[in-house]
Amino acid sequence: MDYATLLQIFDSTLRLATPLLLACLAGLFSERAGIFDIGLEGKILAAAFMSAAVAAVSGSVWLGLFAGIGASLALSALHGVASITFRGNQLISGVAINFLAAGLAVLVAQSWFGQGGRTPALIGAGRFEELALPFAESLRAVPVLGPFYADVISGHSILVYVALLCVPMTWYVLFRTRFGLRLRAVGENPAAVDTAGVSVVGLRFAAVGICGLLCGIAGAYLSTGLNAGFVKDMSAGRGFIALAALIFAKWRPWYALGACLLFGLFGALESRPDVIEAVLGFKVQAQLLSALPYIMTVVILAGFVGKAVPPRAGGEPYVKER
Amino acid sequence: MQAMPKWADIVLIPLINLLLAFLISGLVILAIGEDPVEAVSLMIDGALGSSYGWGFTLYYATNFIFTGLAVAVAFHAALFNIGGEGQAALGGLGVALVCLMLPWPHWTIALVAASFGAALFGALWAIVPAYLQAKRGSHIVITTIMFNFIAASLLNYVLVNLLRPAGQMDPASAKFPEPTHLPTISDILNGIGIPFAERTPANVTLIIALLACVAVYFLIWRTRFGYQLRAFGKSEQAAQYAGISSVKIIMITMAISGGLAGLMAINNVMGEAERLVLNSVEGAGFIGIAVALMGRSHPFGVLLASILFGFLYQGGAELALWTSIPRDLVIVIQALVILFTGALDGMVRAPVERMFLSFKKREG
Repeated sequence: MDYATLLQIFDSTLRLATPLLLACLAGLFSERAGIFDIGLEGKILAAAFMSAAVAAVSGSVWLGLFAGIGASLALSALHGVASITFRGNQLISGVAINFLAAGLAVLVAQSWFGQGGRTPALIGAGRFEELALPFAESLRAVPVLGPFYADVISGHSILVYVALLCVPMTWYVLFRTRFGLRLRAVGENPAAVDTAGVSVVGLRFAAVGICGLLCGIAGAYLSTGLNAGFVKDMSAGRGFIALAALIFAKWRPWYALGACLLFGLFGALESRPDVIEAVLGFKVQAQLLSALPYIMTVVILAGFVGKAVPPRAGGEPYVKER
Repeated sequence: MQAMPKWADIVLIPLINLLLAFLISGLVILAIGEDPVEAVSLMIDGALGSSYGWGFTLYYATNFIFTGLAVAVAFHAALFNIGGEGQAALGGLGVALVCLMLPWPHWTIALVAASFGAALFGALWAIVPAYLQAKRGSHIVITTIMFNFIAASLLNYVLVNLLRPAGQMDPASAKFPEPTHLPTISDILNGIGIPFAERTPANVTLIIALLACVAVYFLIWRTRFGYQLRAFGKSEQAAQYAGISSVKIIMITMAISGGLAGLMAINNVMGEAERLVLNSVEGAGFIGIAVALMGRSHPFGVLLASILFGFLYQGGAELALWTSIPRDLVIVIQALVILFTGALDGMVRAPVERMFLSFKKREG
């Protein structure tokens, strides 16, 4: 395998990891605040549809992005009302949101565009353009690092860089700010936060809101960056892989980057069986590669390789003592 | 103190939840520019207006009874088995292996063997997450979700590489041999002189599904294990204090739950498709969640809810045929039923409870 192929694989790894990373960080905020969210998938899908639909009609991808975030936030609000306000079961609410998004997206797409549940293909300003980072071409001559910079780091849509920036930002917000400390506390021991006079409900809604925002960007990237338009069920389990990555990363931002890049690499390799065979010397079934993130997560969860301990108050609605 | 009478808990609240879900579904139909009244009448006509429609409605209902019972049994032990989809897929593999590997003289014997195969494979696929929950403390919801995806990949591999006959393009097993074909409801009814539309998929599995409902009722309310299971579901600590082993409860409950989900395969794989295809479950595992929630985890409730969802499925297919409303409407309705009967239950319950309390005060 030559260096050019390797760069190609790294390039698609980064592309495929981006929606995972955004959704993974989204889940990180929510679960760190004690709200389980298995509705990441639905939020990504809703945002993907809304972004593509608005971008197709208005011709502006930025309007599309905002619309996608709006759709995702609406579902987040629903999750919040069900699981925080009415103290419903967070897992059931998440399941409902996944189906709601899957059904509504197709229904509305059919009603608006009449193309069998998809949006028209996006062209021109309807998609996020690929940005060339400064000096990408002039540095290409530098051996090894030059092509890496020009082909892998440079040449992605802006949302890829936004996703990467979200990692240090998430770390900073969660571990270096007062808000972050309280948010983590509310996921571990909400009663203590309540005693300190801070609103548990407010903090949890804030966390669920951030989760909606990030899922919105993930969905928008899926339909306007990675692809050119929305098709039925295009999230294809990414929300669940993000959930797997979150557990894999043990609810930590930097680890999340690593887990998402790893799962992105699996995705990139899935379409290049020739490369795997060249490197390993034997054939690996594509089906095994697509199942690998889930298998690894089960192994991690089972504590065979380092234990993943979720936030202690996760999944429990908070009831004030009277 | 009981805040409200039992009938309100069992009948009134689910009814209000369901009405809310249907009301919003109606608004959705209005919002996409269609007429909800016409849609409903088309659905009723298509799903219940003829024996042809019933033949499909009952076929879908049979699937949902199995997956609904699977979720319901686990719910009683406070376990959320979201992996019915994967367990039913593995059940399909069990059925296919039984039907293809051995020569069967008659469908009755094949049915018994295939039922064992389906239940065994489904149960095995549920036992792994159960073990991990019981012994290693990993959350059963997450592991069962992961196992759904692993099952999909596994089946993809098995169908493409192992079970696909040479020279065939689509990833599916060979057709099952003639003696394993199950008689349909129409075969049975026409045989005793009652006219019923032919070429409908509802088959003899329906009877097994009804028996499963009865069996689950006895298991949960009439056996020692059922009592332990419910005690465990109410309070794990209290159950442990009473000497009930939580490992045993989790493992056996999940095995039964997975077995029930797996049994669905005798309906869709053996009874209808008569071969194993990719994605044979088609989301029925997830509908089991809606069915169990709506049926309040009681076998009779599950039966009623399954027929309702069978109606929605067949009605939705008719709707897609005659109008421009896609079949995905059913998924929206399913989502709203899960939302209102599951997650937003407290929203309805609190005001109703308050209403009953104010009645009581006036009387007292």
